[in-house]
Amino acid sequence: MFRKTIGLFSLAIVVLLIAGCGKNKTSITLAGSTAFQPFAEKLAEQYMSTHANVSITVQGGGSAVGVQSAISGAAQIGMADLVVLPEEAKQLTPTIVARDGIALVLNPANKVINLTMQQVREVFNGKIKNWKEVGGADSPITVVSREAGSGTRSSFEQIVTEISLTKDALIQDSNGTIRETVANDPNAIGYLSHGLLNEKIRAIKIDDQECTTELITAGKYKIVRPIFLLVKGDPQGEVKNFIDYILSAEGQNTIKTTGLIPAK
Amino acid sequence: MSLIGERGVRRILAVTAFSAISALLLIALFILNEGLPFIFRYGLHDFLLKSDWDPQAGKFGIYPMVAASLWVTFGAMVVGAPLGVAGAIFLSEFVPKSVMRVIKPTIELLAAIPSVVYGFIGVMVLAPLIRTQLGGPGLSLLAASIILGIMILPTVISISIDSIQAVPQSYREGSLALGATTWQTIHMVTVRAAKSGIIASIILGMGRAIGETMAVIMVAGNAVKIPHSALDSVRSLTANIALEMSYATGLHRQALFATGVILFVVIIILNSFAIVVLRKRVYKK
Repeated sequence: MFRKTIGLFSLAIVVLLIAGCGKNKTSITLAGSTAFQPFAEKLAEQYMSTHANVSITVQGGGSAVGVQSAISGAAQIGMADLVVLPEEAKQLTPTIVARDGIALVLNPANKVINLTMQQVREVFNGKIKNWKEVGGADSPITVVSREAGSGTRSSFEQIVTEISLTKDALIQDSNGTIRETVANDPNAIGYLSHGLLNEKIRAIKIDDQECTTELITAGKYKIVRPIFLLVKGDPQGEVKNFIDYILSAEGQNTIKTTGLIPAK
Repeated sequence: MSLIGERGVRRILAVTAFSAISALLLIALFILNEGLPFIFRYGLHDFLLKSDWDPQAGKFGIYPMVAASLWVTFGAMVVGAPLGVAGAIFLSEFVPKSVMRVIKPTIELLAAIPSVVYGFIGVMVLAPLIRTQLGGPGLSLLAASIILGIMILPTVISISIDSIQAVPQSYREGSLALGATTWQTIHMVTVRAAKSGIIASIILGMGRAIGETMAVIMVAGNAVKIPHSALDSVRSLTANIALEMSYATGLHRQALFATGVILFVVIIILNSFAIVVLRKRVYKK
């Protein structure tokens, strides 16, 4: 009985292995930026539906992981959403595949609709502590930021410049939890990827420019970061084909309809 | 044949038994190996007592996190210990055995609820309540203390019940025969006799509170600062590791492992303390 089970089991494994290898698929792994991850998954799905010989896996981990895994070879393509690529990324070939606005978000109950870049800086530095200083209600500001090392946080701080985050800032570890915190707290201000805005929170204007795809494309909304795909050496074979697909009209259109800003 | 089988089983059991211990040893070695070099390089004093945590600028002072962990644990004790001990006394002294047989497993079931669920309740219910009633950002030391206080209840209650029930019935009978009331018997005889078990239950609860991560990340707000009031947001040692580990490289990563070393040492001290207290009870009998 026991032997029979083992026999059947090994047979099943052999069959599975043969079936798996049969088509001789090329596999590509993407890893890194959690902001681009859902879009990369969508693009990979579309690409695979027309290219049956390729299997694409998309992993998260954050921009730092994207850079590291592209260098180590753990992933063929690293994803990073940084304004300035780190020193060690010099050996990689970067391609900008999309851009992403970072929206400053408030609770819908908050009446403030516009902040200047200087006000944003002072709010996050802890110099402005009350909403009445920027034309809102008389209540203390709850600053919500991301953890040290987050691509969104470093992009935000590099674009706004001269930010040394107030020690009172709450720290949340993803775009999603930032959204929940702001949605739950009428006094909160946070920032997150433009593609992840929803009705529970409200994006404000920065220097009178709204955070919309049009104004970001026109270069009027300033808090925008590039999304890089990083490849060791020159992209070749299926890796190159996939990146070319993302840059093609169809790929860029997907990027646009799902909420990111096309690269060009 | 059966002899070989006998020996074989013995060996297999030995391997599985030692695998648990060797896993513990490997984890300890790994954390120490990754974390200690950093502590030696940066200096234990600076690491533990400086209050600037800015990994990008190369500043690694975990004092605010140490303070936060201690305060959160203390808060959880204030909430959980009286509730737990009172509950245990009530359940073991006032409730009939048959009822207890239903209630105790139910309380122990509390321990089976994933911490992320406690955190979720904290975020959705407790934090808004604190914000509207008491002020501050809501995600705070107070919220974390209350949630952790509830989370340690099963530990405190079930170990306390066990130790109160282990008090020989003759103690109670003797006290009652001398004319003491039920309450006098409980607080002067029963609880006193069960003291070491109750203390051990609180210490084990403390171990759970200081090591809890997910629920604390969700409800404490994670601001790196020394709390001035219970309404301030804090970041515990565990939250610091979990929040930044996915991004950390190089020195930053080592600093997080070093944070783990500190946490490990604190928890080992707490647990050994609990073991010593529990052993004393056994010895007394």
